[in-house]
Amino acid sequence: MSIEADYDHSLPEVMLTYYRRLYPFKSVFTWLNHDHTPTRRFTHREWAFTLAGDVYLRYNSFATAEDLKKKVCQLNPTRFEIGPVYSARPGDRKTVRAGVFQPLQRELVFDIDMTDYDPIRTCCSDAGICKRCWAFITAAVRVIDHAVRSQFGYEHLLWVYSGRRGIHLWISDREAMDLTDQERKAIVGWMTLINSGRESSQRLNVRVGSRPLPAHLQEVYETLSPTFVDLILRDQDLFATEDGFKSFLEHIPDEEIVKKLRGERELMSSSKQIWDSFTEKVKGVAAGTSRRNVLSAAWHDIQIYYTYPRLDAEVSKHRNHLLKAPFCIHPKTGRVCVPVDPERIEDFDPEEVPTVAQLLHELDSLSKAATAIEDGDSSGHHSDWEKTSLKPYVDMLNQHASRLMEKTRLEKRATGSMAW
Amino acid sequence: MYKSGQRQHAYDNKDISLVENNGLLRYPSALNFYDRPPQFDVTVEEFETTAMDRLRVLAEIESSLARNRTWEELKTATYNQYMKYVPLHTNTYDDTEEERRKDHLGHYVLRLAFCRSEDLRRRFVKAELTLFRVRYEETEAMDREHFLSSRDFNWIPVTKEEKVQYNHGLYSMYHAFRHEQDRADAFEKEKFYKVKWTRVPDLVEKRKVFLKGGWAYVPGREQSSIVFKEFEVELERALETTARLIPRLDEDSRLIPVLDNLSQGFVAGVASEWTNATEPGSSGEIRAEMVDDLAKKHFPMCMRSLHENLRRDNHLKHFGRLQYGLFLKVLGLSVEEAIAFWRKSFSRVTDDKFNKEYRYNIRHSYGLEGKRANYPAKSCLQILTPGPSDVGCPYRHFSSENLQTALLSMYSQQGLKSADLPEIMATVDAGHYHVACTRVFEMTHAPHGVAKGEGIGGGESVTHPNQYAARSMELAKVKNEDDKMVE
Ligand SMILES: [Zn+2]
Repeated sequence: MSIEADYDHSLPEVMLTYYRRLYPFKSVFTWLNHDHTPTRRFTHREWAFTLAGDVYLRYNSFATAEDLKKKVCQLNPTRFEIGPVYSARPGDRKTVRAGVFQPLQRELVFDIDMTDYDPIRTCCSDAGICKRCWAFITAAVRVIDHAVRSQFGYEHLLWVYSGRRGIHLWISDREAMDLTDQERKAIVGWMTLINSGRESSQRLNVRVGSRPLPAHLQEVYETLSPTFVDLILRDQDLFATEDGFKSFLEHIPDEEIVKKLRGERELMSSSKQIWDSFTEKVKGVAAGTSRRNVLSAAWHDIQIYYTYPRLDAEVSKHRNHLLKAPFCIHPKTGRVCVPVDPERIEDFDPEEVPTVAQLLHELDSLSKAATAIEDGDSSGHHSDWEKTSLKPYVDMLNQHASRLMEKTRLEKRATGSMAW
Repeated sequence: MYKSGQRQHAYDNKDISLVENNGLLRYPSALNFYDRPPQFDVTVEEFETTAMDRLRVLAEIESSLARNRTWEELKTATYNQYMKYVPLHTNTYDDTEEERRKDHLGHYVLRLAFCRSEDLRRRFVKAELTLFRVRYEETEAMDREHFLSSRDFNWIPVTKEEKVQYNHGLYSMYHAFRHEQDRADAFEKEKFYKVKWTRVPDLVEKRKVFLKGGWAYVPGREQSSIVFKEFEVELERALETTARLIPRLDEDSRLIPVLDNLSQGFVAGVASEWTNATEPGSSGEIRAEMVDDLAKKHFPMCMRSLHENLRRDNHLKHFGRLQYGLFLKVLGLSVEEAIAFWRKSFSRVTDDKFNKEYRYNIRHSYGLEGKRANYPAKSCLQILTPGPSDVGCPYRHFSSENLQTALLSMYSQQGLKSADLPEIMATVDAGHYHVACTRVFEMTHAPHGVAKGEGIGGGESVTHPNQYAARSMELAKVKNEDDKMVE
């Protein structure tokens, strides 16, 4: 009979084992470096470590993946973050002339966090997340992924689950890496439809007057409209709550209709009924009149408002913003921050993501089996992740990184042939 | 001209079209992208006066920006200023060649003067871009067309086929007409240009263009966005190149003092010499541009060192801001001028941050926000009491060595000599800080007839920095009037 070890991720030795045996340093290196041999994209990159007791160490840099691993195992951080590529090695920043140490490149990143959805979800609040509210993230990923590829033409996108209630997007195309802060701000402006501010003053800002939506937002509308019905009306049943109903009415630019809906409130028990009633009233207004146009625009905009991605803009705007590295362990949940395939985002369940405890148990049973068969030692365990449920996720990162390396190879060949 | 201004330009070989299109004219348009340095001889005098004239225009622009003027107000102010100092007419005017030559030269001299630090470069680009935009808008359509065809802006005209292909997308982004029929007609005639989206970030940010695969489809009437962005990017790049090459210019020692003088004028918020703002006018109003000059002539040491810290760091910490801000308020700076002064002084802070974090505090200290108290400026007693670091009475808080160095550097222009130091230091050592400050006042105002023991009038010693400054300014005014009578 064996007693299962208690692999609590808050125990330092648990984290250390994870870093030593499982964390895919090599894969993370190639992903950031776009090449086999270290380039400035790796050597001039900032790493920041959070140690137990909220000690925060910034401006670390490393020559190789091995150096990084050595340092991580030595510091044993609770998590670590990746920053920009600077004009000099961040570790040397004190020795370079003032003004010479500048952030130059950085993946374009987006951060979507469930807390920004608190006003429009009923199943959970704050840190909580369940399969049901993950549907908001699913919708956001579909919209952003499509926009980035089709409108901005970027191809190298890596989506990473944040370990608890959000998702990050890292875009590694060369043009995206080179974007200035001003250009990053412009993308954020393009993508942001909901003005930040108090919830009651939040308005969608998508069209001129009641003119038709711009083509790309018409597309967005078509993607999100079914989500609105499934998620907001059926699953979350948002308008059936007192606050939800109140905020819904605030989006209707027609006092008469608002008044009527308020009067009928007692008779309607579900969001679906409320929405259908609103739809009927809009249809009741004579077509072609400006009142009808305004209402019809609002009818579409409300659906977008409740389902469109809510971005944490500050994260994307500045090159020197730090973002948690993929494959870190979320300190609260113990889950690994794993890559997510946007093509299969519908199937992703955050509760199925491996935890560090689960992975270490897998290693245990593995070594027991190995002992039984070979009775050998397990010293060379640098690719132990291959034998655990971490494998499909590391494979995903490796495939992504190899596409980036292929790009580098083609570029080198192109400049090489030009030199002839 | 100076070869150091020359640079590799991606479009250099295409510039030949300029000659082909426009025959023998050296400046086919009033608008100039300043792609190539002037290729003619100038005297050192012309070099300097041309640059100073242009600096007056840029100073007016900076001042408009700092005062948050509307675009129309700024345009009028800038137009008036440049028609006065660097006039530039369109083709209907006789002497266009000479005007454009001067415009070209002035721009290049200031490039040399302002390429030397990142901060100066940024401010120069902002002011020059604004000037270019004002002129672009003032220029007649014909001339503008001329200009646009004289240079390769690297935009790709959208073909008819492509316009049809993206018809829906392009049209859905095409606005600015109230009536649907007008919009449709205009769209039919509109030419679109394709550029990488990063060349029109402002249009992208406001969702004003159609985007596909990283290309922005810009309608003809938004073309100016591309032009302005191109102007900004090219000028930034050129200034960086010039900065790297400038050490070679040092061979021509005649120019260095001229350039130093020009850039210092700009750093000081383009003070007195350029805008003729030395002393408060008859109305007694003190403007933001005058503070530099006033600080040098009239401020007690505590305020001078705050002023110099501010100039050195382009920033002051909270308590320093508070103390210096209240001092300036009592000195007579209106709230508008105070905002202009701090906006210019915090040159590294973005407009956004300034408006969010500082504007309120300034207005607050004038009693216009919050509990609307009219805060008084701090007296010597308050300044002497040890408080937060970096603000205090220099006589008390500076080390003996630093104090002596600072005294000489700040007040030797007003007649303080090394021989005066032992006396001042003796009073400091005895702990009589007021007395030391008062003695410095007497020594530096001896040319105005202030004798030892007279203090700031009637034997009174300094107990408030504003009292020191007010008396000093009063003495200067009296002397000014006396001088006029002698004339
Ligand atoms: Zn939930």
